[in-house]
Amino acid sequence: MTALDSLVAAVLDEVRRQAGVQASAIVRAESSALALTRFAASAVHQNVADEQTTLHLQLTVDGGRTATASTTRTSSAPDLVTATLAAARLRPRDADWPGLGGSAPLVSSGNPDEATAQTSPAERAAAVAAFVEAAGGLSTAGYVQTSASTVVLADTAGQHVRGAATSAACDGIARLSGADGVARSASRRFADLDPAALGARAAAKARAGVDAVPVDPGRYAVVLEPAAVGDLVAGLASGQFNGKAVVDGTSGLRLGEQQFDRAVFLVDDAVGPDATGLPFDTEGTPARRTDLVRDGVPVGLTTDRRVAATLGSSSTGHASDTSATAGPVAGDPALAAADGGSVDDLVAGLERGLLVSDLWYTRVVDPKRSVWTGLTRNGVWLVEDGRVVAPVSTLRFTQSYLEALAPGAVTVGSVVDPQPGRLTMTYAGTNRLAVPALRLASWNITGNTTG
Amino acid sequence: MAEVPGNVEAAAFDAATAAVEAALAAGARYADARLVDRRYESMTARDGDVRALTQTTSAGLGVRALVGSSWGFAALGDPAGDDDARRTGARATAIAEASAAVPGPPVDLVSVPAVQGGWASECREDPFAVPLAEKGDLLTGVTATMRAAGVAVAEASSQAWDTRTAFVSSEGARIGQHVRECGAGMHCLTVGDGETQRRSYPAFRGQFGTRGWELVREIDLPGHADRIAAECQELLTAPSCPSGDTTLLLGGEQMSLQIHESVGHAIELDRILGWEAAFAGTSWLDLDQLGSLRFGSELMNITIDPTIPGALGSFGFDDEGTPATARDAVRNGVWVGVLAGRDSAAVAGLGYAGSVRADGFARLPMVRMTNVGLEPGPHTLEEMIAATDDGVLMEHNRSWSIDDRRLNFQFGCEIGWEVKRGRRGRMLKNPSYTGIGPRFWSSLDMLGGKAPGEWRAWGTPNCGKGQPGQVGHTGHGAAPARFSGVRVGVRG
Repeated sequence: MTALDSLVAAVLDEVRRQAGVQASAIVRAESSALALTRFAASAVHQNVADEQTTLHLQLTVDGGRTATASTTRTSSAPDLVTATLAAARLRPRDADWPGLGGSAPLVSSGNPDEATAQTSPAERAAAVAAFVEAAGGLSTAGYVQTSASTVVLADTAGQHVRGAATSAACDGIARLSGADGVARSASRRFADLDPAALGARAAAKARAGVDAVPVDPGRYAVVLEPAAVGDLVAGLASGQFNGKAVVDGTSGLRLGEQQFDRAVFLVDDAVGPDATGLPFDTEGTPARRTDLVRDGVPVGLTTDRRVAATLGSSSTGHASDTSATAGPVAGDPALAAADGGSVDDLVAGLERGLLVSDLWYTRVVDPKRSVWTGLTRNGVWLVEDGRVVAPVSTLRFTQSYLEALAPGAVTVGSVVDPQPGRLTMTYAGTNRLAVPALRLASWNITGNTTG
Repeated sequence: MAEVPGNVEAAAFDAATAAVEAALAAGARYADARLVDRRYESMTARDGDVRALTQTTSAGLGVRALVGSSWGFAALGDPAGDDDARRTGARATAIAEASAAVPGPPVDLVSVPAVQGGWASECREDPFAVPLAEKGDLLTGVTATMRAAGVAVAEASSQAWDTRTAFVSSEGARIGQHVRECGAGMHCLTVGDGETQRRSYPAFRGQFGTRGWELVREIDLPGHADRIAAECQELLTAPSCPSGDTTLLLGGEQMSLQIHESVGHAIELDRILGWEAAFAGTSWLDLDQLGSLRFGSELMNITIDPTIPGALGSFGFDDEGTPATARDAVRNGVWVGVLAGRDSAAVAGLGYAGSVRADGFARLPMVRMTNVGLEPGPHTLEEMIAATDDGVLMEHNRSWSIDDRRLNFQFGCEIGWEVKRGRRGRMLKNPSYTGIGPRFWSSLDMLGGKAPGEWRAWGTPNCGKGQPGQVGHTGHGAAPARFSGVRVGVRG
């Protein structure tokens, strides 16, 4: 029995002692380590590491009075249970409480990489040095991150599971005369990162972005590079395929209809060989692969037990510490590659339009239509007759992500380039979004930084 | 100087001291440590039921160490004793030594007094002493009211934080702080044919302060539930905000976010120096123009003031041990001050710090907003409306976006009204506006705050910055204001 198993057992024993055998509880003990080395002006300026073990308890009494609590004071299980029980007893009974899932086998045991968990500050600094060196003298900024988490979860209905996960990311820019170029990568393994290649790519982008010129607002065909596609996919995952958004009526998905181009296939690949998440969610539901779009037809949602019960389905294993309020969201979204070729190939098929590296500060304007506003960042270029003809200064867009993927409007690239992103606020604060580049028929540019 | 609050335990100072001593022994030339014990509670009600009730205790040690020109930071949850503290201190120094593999320019720290003392926020009614049943009754009651009025979804929530910090530095500082914060808010949604509408009160995420539960009683959620539910339904049939350039009037809550995004972040010195270039971004401001650059009109007076009683960005000392001090950021429209830390101020050649904060024990202290607010002006909202021949009034934020230099912004609001010939006219849905920071602020031609209650220190409990991510609590004094020639009605 591990130390985490002992902590979980102690809390469950305390639940039975204080709340009785009729009480329902989910107990989770999580040991996490996060280290991040940050650089700016080609020097490490912030370098952090933290370790903590956290106990989480969800306790339900009287068949529907629930409270949750967590503490880093792992030696105080009795206090945790006492406080949670007091809170639960004061709550009105929730008639829609979905109950516990009970025993269910895991589909995957997770994908932790021990070497990633043991990465040293010196190794992260060496990765930074490689990025900086490869940028060939351009000023650089970014981060290299590694994280590891081990979790034990048990509930009073018989579920008892263990899992571990690791993640690594390198994300940086190179800067030249007001132009920034970006390159980033995410994996479950630190060894998969190639910071020198990323530094070189960021520098090449920055050099190609010097002397940018404004373009007029209007509708443009675009090629979105993987970093920009990651933002689009994250927006759809959080606002459209999130089952709570469907329950609330704020999602504009039309399940079962040909809402997207036939080239669009989207899954949450939570148990694939590259998944960075844990093999179960915070309710103990085993993670599984969830098809979201097939042949351009929305076919699935991400749910937790409450949302699933409301929709008359079973949980897809997407409960999190924030899903009660923010809804259950995909943690390992993967947009399938297709036959569009490389970014250069996609650009070659563009008569006139824009090549966009990255999107920034994207916010929902109209949830139902998934209209987002945001800005380009780290490079945008004007394309004419299939060739990049000029770098363009930062642009603002106001665009429906749903409509951008409409039938006939999408060409999907052939190379998946995993991006770090923020979706489920895991221990590491990052998720892995597996996305290719896209060519889209229309993107609504509504302004630029000159007005 | 006030004494250390009695509920910051002596053992916390012992652990922090042990960590600092270990960091120095391992080779650091400067170190500081914070032992933070934070309690948090949130309750969310939806459609007449309590939907979520969470209580969190987060306690641990965070240590900064400076070796040569390189920083290291290590944190440990719930250290078991001084041995754990010493191990964490030594680890911070080891991480700083690793940083030196990719070194930067020399690091200096501007001088601050090595205070031995403390501070506690004012709190008339401890939010953690208010019975959960009372909180639940309040939140379920207002959501039931809104649902009964016909909205599709009604939610309300409250949050409270109790944070006790023991800070020790190798320069001799020994500071204890006890900060209590809380707040609440509510919103509702209506769903029409292909659209959703939202109304909230008192702000889109609620109102928060370094105060006790008396703040929640003052905002009177029950007194506004029927109104926002009715407005939310009326929005479904309201005409859309027209598109074009016009006179824009903004309510105080929206002004607070306008200040936060286009002024507060722009004056963060770490952004100006490029330290946040890859993530949060930089700033359009150039230090060479500090003291001379025109940021806005003569009506624009922005202060950095962590001493405002009860505002969410208030404290006695920042997380570098610098005593809270008020200073100007923009005076009569001219940019004159920044949000700074000890190292960034030294790089910039400035003589002040005081705006460095961390999100709990496990995160590195960094330059953050405190209370960045606009001083009240000579007008009232009603005077502004009466003086406007053709314009749009917008209230309550719904979406926000701004570029990485803090220049080009676009905001959506929940509700708007036509202003025609000096009168408030029809309700407008989907109001939005866009602009460029200094051009927009230069068009500020009327500023409220003259009428009682128009100026308020709004609290923002969710300011994101940093890698790993940190959530900051900031305050923004704001009143209604009028701007000329603003582009409104941006469509997607």
